[in-house]
Amino acid sequence: MSTPDFESRPRLVPGCRLNEKTQQLRMLLMPERALRLSGPSLAIIERCDGNHTVREIVTELQKLYSKAEPQKVETDIVDYLGRLHEERALDFD
Amino acid sequence: MIANPLALIAELTHRCPLHCVYCSNPLELTLREKELTADTWARVLGEAARLGVLQVDFTGGEPLARPDLAELVRAARAEGLYASLITSGLPLDEKRLDALVGAGLDHLQLSFQSADDASAAEFAGTRAHAQKLRVANWVKKRQIGLTLNFVIHRQNLDKLEDMVDLAEQIAPSRVEFAHVQYYGWAFSNRARLLPTREQLDRSLEIIEGAQQRLRGRTRVEYVVPDYYAKYPKACMGGWGRKVLLVKPDGDVLPCHAANVLPDMKFENVQSKSLGQIWHESEAFERYRGEEWMPEPCRHCERRNQDFAGCRCQAFLLAHDAGATDPVCSLAPGRGIVDEILAEVNRPLEMASPWVYRANPKEASTGVGRDRPVLS
Repeated sequence: MSTPDFESRPRLVPGCRLNEKTQQLRMLLMPERALRLSGPSLAIIERCDGNHTVREIVTELQKLYSKAEPQKVETDIVDYLGRLHEERALDFD
Repeated sequence: MIANPLALIAELTHRCPLHCVYCSNPLELTLREKELTADTWARVLGEAARLGVLQVDFTGGEPLARPDLAELVRAARAEGLYASLITSGLPLDEKRLDALVGAGLDHLQLSFQSADDASAAEFAGTRAHAQKLRVANWVKKRQIGLTLNFVIHRQNLDKLEDMVDLAEQIAPSRVEFAHVQYYGWAFSNRARLLPTREQLDRSLEIIEGAQQRLRGRTRVEYVVPDYYAKYPKACMGGWGRKVLLVKPDGDVLPCHAANVLPDMKFENVQSKSLGQIWHESEAFERYRGEEWMPEPCRHCERRNQDFAGCRCQAFLLAHDAGATDPVCSLAPGRGIVDEILAEVNRPLEMASPWVYRANPKEASTGVGRDRPVLS
């Protein structure tokens, strides 16, 4: 996987969105696919609004999940964003 | 008790401006006056959402043939559903597209019959390709998802590279190259629609190349004919496990082809709620769980992966809806599929790929290759 640009701003691609906040299970909805979101993955996706840089997302998640090892949080986020990009769920501005 | 369904396929109408030679609509098309009203569809969409459904595919026939389509899209979004439109792209103009997007449409899947106008017209029975190109461009300018769906079969497989080029030019976020499914009319003509093994292998190379080239730009999916597979597909994610399909007249089926199955009574949304139908109807319950499974499926380690394959295919090929899907290498009926493949791969078959077409003379003039499928 190529080195990510930490100053880029991930944004969900048109046709990709979260389901309603009121629904019990939070999902990322896409053409012919739905991904179930856990606490951390939901927190990441909510910040993929074209405004947060990758660096900001990492920092915020490290604060939210302060018990987790910071380097692992960063690696996991970068991996997750990379996979979603390949799935065509998000782009980096 | 079965888990909740994830998707609703809403077959709004059987009306359609195209006449695709591989059309999977049943021979007895639902008459317009029997189509469900928008109010009924709105109720059904609400019931689907409360059942746990996440996505609705508006399809048909051609869903754009329903003047109230925007109302239905709005109703779907009001219920919190992800709304997809599965369409040929006609009849549509930018104003109507804006109305659909304004109503909350999330995604549009656009069918393509080939790489160019003349070739596409052969298979669609009408000139629609130019309109599809226009629609693709309009959708790209709006903030909704776009999928191009190229319908593949032996008669257009020689144009696969051109279709890939076209997809690359348009650059949607997703493109699906999907072989025709052998049900309905396509089943009768399977010997002429099925690709040869050599064609299939070549196509896999082309698609794999495209997947690599387009990684990070376009998600490329390829659905191959399962007659060439070792194990069957988990059809619809399993009978009555993930999907509900509502026909234009309100009958509820586990899949598009299930009306071919004998001794099966389908419930209708006009007399029962979707929830009752999903959980209790005889049709949906018939092939759930494991008790109904024949051997070797009943004790097979794959039974929770592919659920013994497709019931409709078992009926069409082996005349027994409860049999192991004959495409499975472990199926007692596998010989039926092997015979069909032998017929398809026989050298003689390659010589006359146009025989079943109504106008072979018309087909071989104009833009596109004149030579047979394999030279």
